[in-house]
Amino acid sequence: MKKNKISNKIIFISLTILTFLFYLYGKEIANYFDSKWLIKYPKHYSFPFAIYTSSFVKWLINDASFGLFSFNDLTRFFAWIIEQPYNVVLAIFSKGILKGQGQDAIQIMEPLSWISVVGIFFTLALYTRDKFLILLVVLSIVYLAVFDQWQSSMITLSSIIIAVPIGVVLGILFGILSYKSKILEQIITPILDLMQTVPVFAYLVPILVMFGFGPVSALIATIIYAMPPMVRTTLLALNNIDPQLKESGIMSGCTDRQLMWKVLIPVSKPTLLIGVNQVIMLSLNMVIIASMIGAGGLGYDVLASLRRLDIGGGIESGIAIVVIAIALDRLSQSFANLPTLSKKTQEKFFTKYKKIIFLVFYIIGIYILGAFFNFFKLFPKELMIDTSLFWEELVKYININYFDNLESFKITLLTFFMLPIKKFFLGIPWPWFIFIITIIGWYFGKIKLALLCLMMSIFIVTTGLWEKAMITLYLCGSSVIIASIIGIPLGIWAGLSRRANKILTAFIDTLQTLPSFVYLIPVVMLFRVGDFTAMIAVILYALAPAVRYTAHGVKNINNQIVEAALISGCSQRQLLFKIRLPLALPEILLGINQTIMLALSMLVITALVGTRDLGQEVYIGLTKADIGRGLVAGLCVAFISIIADRIIKAGSNNLKNKYGIK
Amino acid sequence: MNQTPKLICKNVWKLYGDNPKEFLQSHNNNPNKEIIKTGGYIQAIRNASLEVYENEILVIMGLSGSGKSTLVRCMSRLVEPTIGEIFFENIDMGKLSKNELIEIRRHKMGMVFQHFALFPHRTVIENIAFPLEIQGISRRDREKSALEIIELVGLQGRENYFPKELSGGQQQRVGIGRSLAVKPELWFLDEPFSALDPLIRKEMQNEFLKIQNTLKKTIIFITHDFDEAIKLADRIIIMNEGRIVQIGSPEDLIMKPADDYVKEFTEDLPRERLLSVKSIMSNEKDLNNSTKVNEDEKIFSILEKVLSKGSVSVIDKSNNVVGSLSKETVSKFINN
Repeated sequence: MKKNKISNKIIFISLTILTFLFYLYGKEIANYFDSKWLIKYPKHYSFPFAIYTSSFVKWLINDASFGLFSFNDLTRFFAWIIEQPYNVVLAIFSKGILKGQGQDAIQIMEPLSWISVVGIFFTLALYTRDKFLILLVVLSIVYLAVFDQWQSSMITLSSIIIAVPIGVVLGILFGILSYKSKILEQIITPILDLMQTVPVFAYLVPILVMFGFGPVSALIATIIYAMPPMVRTTLLALNNIDPQLKESGIMSGCTDRQLMWKVLIPVSKPTLLIGVNQVIMLSLNMVIIASMIGAGGLGYDVLASLRRLDIGGGIESGIAIVVIAIALDRLSQSFANLPTLSKKTQEKFFTKYKKIIFLVFYIIGIYILGAFFNFFKLFPKELMIDTSLFWEELVKYININYFDNLESFKITLLTFFMLPIKKFFLGIPWPWFIFIITIIGWYFGKIKLALLCLMMSIFIVTTGLWEKAMITLYLCGSSVIIASIIGIPLGIWAGLSRRANKILTAFIDTLQTLPSFVYLIPVVMLFRVGDFTAMIAVILYALAPAVRYTAHGVKNINNQIVEAALISGCSQRQLLFKIRLPLALPEILLGINQTIMLALSMLVITALVGTRDLGQEVYIGLTKADIGRGLVAGLCVAFISIIADRIIKAGSNNLKNKYGIK
Repeated sequence: MNQTPKLICKNVWKLYGDNPKEFLQSHNNNPNKEIIKTGGYIQAIRNASLEVYENEILVIMGLSGSGKSTLVRCMSRLVEPTIGEIFFENIDMGKLSKNELIEIRRHKMGMVFQHFALFPHRTVIENIAFPLEIQGISRRDREKSALEIIELVGLQGRENYFPKELSGGQQQRVGIGRSLAVKPELWFLDEPFSALDPLIRKEMQNEFLKIQNTLKKTIIFITHDFDEAIKLADRIIIMNEGRIVQIGSPEDLIMKPADDYVKEFTEDLPRERLLSVKSIMSNEKDLNNSTKVNEDEKIFSILEKVLSKGSVSVIDKSNNVVGSLSKETVSKFINN
């Protein structure tokens, strides 16, 4: 055993030295042997996945047919089904009921006024009986009116109102189906993995091609993006039900359907509501991205101002999205945590629904008042506050007074941290890199993982995207390193001090409710475009899990172990470094894993600020509507994250098994 | 006691693994422990045959992993036995269709679970009325029946509480109530009191006996607690490693343990509290002794009399002298 350990160490050290040598002298070696292919994978050997994919999708759209109807009819049918409820909701919140077409349309009924919408959210919040939450929700909605974001906000809200229920229902259905059939579960799980790792941009293209540019496409993309966690949550909830509970349902004489809908689903309701919360947050995350394929509203505003470099406008719309996100997040979370209280008496119809009845009268009242006083219809223009100028001035002020400081900070980090990493990844010959990845896979997960690593990296090489993949790795790597350097100590602090935990949790929760796009805005403001900007945005977005998992790992150590260490005479410092941290290591690894996953998904979005990695390739695929190009680059990103995920998870599990903790 | 069998198990086996049925057949339906293990199978039940008589409390007793829970689940077909037959009121349970099985569960069976298995989203009354609800009984009727049961299990005033607002003992009362809602004939209780504190457990045991005295169900009761088994059982089945080791009355087990395994359980028991005079008296009739004790009295309760008088005469229910008991026999029995 001990001998084995030593020889492992020798292998490890020699491999590291070899890698380093290859990085330093890779080019010279290649030149010496006159074999440039070592550094650059030859173009004529690459396999044109992209072209094949494109022509397949073209065939699908133009020629594929199921006998009675063509593939195109099918997609149109889906689009039509989603369009109907969307139009209704849009009419209620934003457009009103129109008669006639286009320019000549006459509004025959007004949309809900801002006061009514405030009323609806107030009523919803009342059910949570949380005074602070009621205030927060009402203020958020009023904010949208006061800061002149009303029109766009209501369009965005309408799409959320449609996307979330569809995503939730489909998610629960797929969850139930895969709970009932093991085979289906085995098919669905890897698809879910892939759906969550393939960057969103990549499947925007096929949706764009199939459903056209417009709000319906955006809705479909949102649903596809937001649904996987609901499927997972449903499956998890059903699988975690106490078997005795299921048996007691069966012994009461339930049929299969009664068992599902009267016992299993109601019992999993608390967990399912957490899934609903996730669907809401992911839908909001998609708001900006979906505007690339035709969603209007706040997302479009942000995107347009980013493209115009209109910082003020971007911040205003961005904040509006954040406000909606925080309000919906807190609202749905407290619905999930709503305690069930005993009803001491049976309630009458009126008492049970009095809030809703009151709300209906309220809305009708406001509508009638709106006919006489404009205030009840639209928020008066003269009371609105325009902050975009303020932001412009602020940015100007910072850039004038602190330009040198910011610039030197940026250049220092670039030259001494980022560029060496970039050189390293680009310098290593690709065959050696694949070899090392495979070895690592073999070390942590034996032959199965080694094969997975080998196949996936060979795919990346043969697509001809190796160099771009390395840039992705470098950006992701440097972001994750910095995120860990900041996040892990913060996590330790949160794990040790209750007060720190409270503050950090609130901070991190807020960070995680923000849609990924929002992070770009302030960073672009301060550092303009480029790799550095991308890295900072990625760090901000991906920081949360590093902190959260570390805190959880450090805190959740068996109390008896801590007591045993203290009795043995550990100082607090020794307790931390000798007991808590080693035991928390598996958890910390999982946190880093999550950070990598988030970093990769954010990297694709930072393509907008001009990185030259796989994300850019996906983005180009999107803007040129080149399905194959986008999908193949997207798959490469997915494979990178799958390799990282499997290796780290295997490492974490090995540790957990070794310590015997679950 | 009524000796008509309500439920019969014949040669029931349950193995876990790939194709266990084929494996059993290839070993003459009777492989031993080692063959099962080397074959890569996990044994749950090996060749269990038993009868449950009408209106008796049959306690299945065994340590964890002995197969007692699986056996009971085979009887209710929550778990499909690998081979073997189970007859309930002369109906072959293995041949029932899914719907027939649901019908039987809706009207003739009830089950209480170790961890209560209450539906957390339903109030006490909704939990108890659940089996009636899924039969499609109207709200008014099922709540009327549920209220009767709430009274029977002593939960008046808590009808609209949610399970988590109740103590463990109260939760199990709900569990018991729910299992009785359909007025079952066969009542399964799977370690119903194991998760409760000792004092509450004792209280619940007494209440359980009281309920059984009024309802007279046929009961299959699982426990890992030998004291509990002795206290409640008409007959006890001892299981070990998936096999039935012994079936008998509590006195049988104490006086004639089938093997060392059973003996070990009975050794530390307060035998004078469990055994009756009948089981140790001598058949010599001492007609002149004026101190008389009944043959069904527990030894413990006549201890003082025997020790002070030296010897007593034993009579049966109709006051006929049937034997005698001396101080020496008693002290020898206690010191044994």
